[in-house]
Amino acid sequence: MRTASLAVGLAAALLGPLAIPSRAAPPPRIEGQALPGSPTGRPGDPARGRAIVVDRTRGLCLLCHSGPFPDQPFQGDLSPSLAGAGSRHSPGELRLRIVDGRVLNPDTIMPSYGRRDGLVRVGEAWRNRPILAPDEIEDVVAFLATLRD
Amino acid sequence: MRASLVVAVLALAGLLGPPGRAADGRRSDAEAMSPALRAMQQDDAANPGMLSVLDGEALWSAKAGGAGRSCADCHGDATVSMKGVAARHPAWDAGRGSAVDLAGRIALCRTERQDAAPLPPESPDRLALTTYVAHQSRGMPIAPPDDSGLRETRARGRTLFTTRIGQLNLSCATCHDDLAGRRLGGTPIPQGHPVGYPLYRLEWQATGSLQRRLRNCMTGVRAEPYPFDAPELVALEAYLMERAAGLAMETPAVRP
Repeated sequence: MRTASLAVGLAAALLGPLAIPSRAAPPPRIEGQALPGSPTGRPGDPARGRAIVVDRTRGLCLLCHSGPFPDQPFQGDLSPSLAGAGSRHSPGELRLRIVDGRVLNPDTIMPSYGRRDGLVRVGEAWRNRPILAPDEIEDVVAFLATLRD
Repeated sequence: MRASLVVAVLALAGLLGPPGRAADGRRSDAEAMSPALRAMQQDDAANPGMLSVLDGEALWSAKAGGAGRSCADCHGDATVSMKGVAARHPAWDAGRGSAVDLAGRIALCRTERQDAAPLPPESPDRLALTTYVAHQSRGMPIAPPDDSGLRETRARGRTLFTTRIGQLNLSCATCHDDLAGRRLGGTPIPQGHPVGYPLYRLEWQATGSLQRRLRNCMTGVRAEPYPFDAPELVALEAYLMERAAGLAMETPAVRP
């Protein structure tokens, strides 16, 4: 098992983008301003998503954003409120903003939660992993979609 | 209302000393602190950083190392000879061909002139001597020297200041130039002028250096902090002192 996955990993590393394992989901494709379709193949869980959003060491969202979270003191005012995010944006648009907002605005201060490349001097504890895993991003997308005006 | 009138009268009378605020909007982050914290900084009997100053004063005249010399044996009365020195650091060390910050200069003096054991970064003695020497510049305007080597160092510091780093992909400038005054998780973002280092930070429950603060911020954006005394940290210090030129020194400052 271990040898097999190592072999697949090696092949992927050597062949790069040519080596697409037959059962893997197709790479996400940006359509307009959106990244439609959950890359995990499962819908996210809004309750788990809320927990991530308000957690200042996981989602980090409230450091910059405020939102409809009366139980959360000390919300940031650097970025638009999350209130009504689900009315303003489709789930695909929310997903692209979270995964890699730089696609839409290269100067955005929002980190690209799904990227691990294009970064400088990442601390050892954080190296080669995105801020949130794909299933966590799906949970956040599912929660934000519930924030409607 | 009455308080602001008092401040205005004191300012007119020149009792507030050189500016904590510049005409272009740059200001000491003390101005955004709570009145209680400002009072703690201004009262030497209540300012915990003064403990480092007192320790440093004792060390200044203590003989040390193989040379059996104290700082005072060469430099005399620090209240005279060290006046304004911190306001001019980091300075250019022509012999080394590099910029040296005040703590680094003291550490070099320790090993080279006193032939004493090195003072490691953030060690109590190094902080105490640095705080004591920097305290002699309290109230004086930051006055970075003009020097071609320093100009290059500052340019490198500016590049570091404006380069996005870490997993969160933020630069110093993102927050402290562009978003100062706005709230990060409820806390106002300071302009980040290093007017009072070494300073006592409540979060640390200790006196610490500007390099310690810079490394904290790097860890905050999930970047690999540069090691203490790294040329990159000295370059950032040199750029920040130029960015704060003209603001009054406050060492030892108190910060939340």
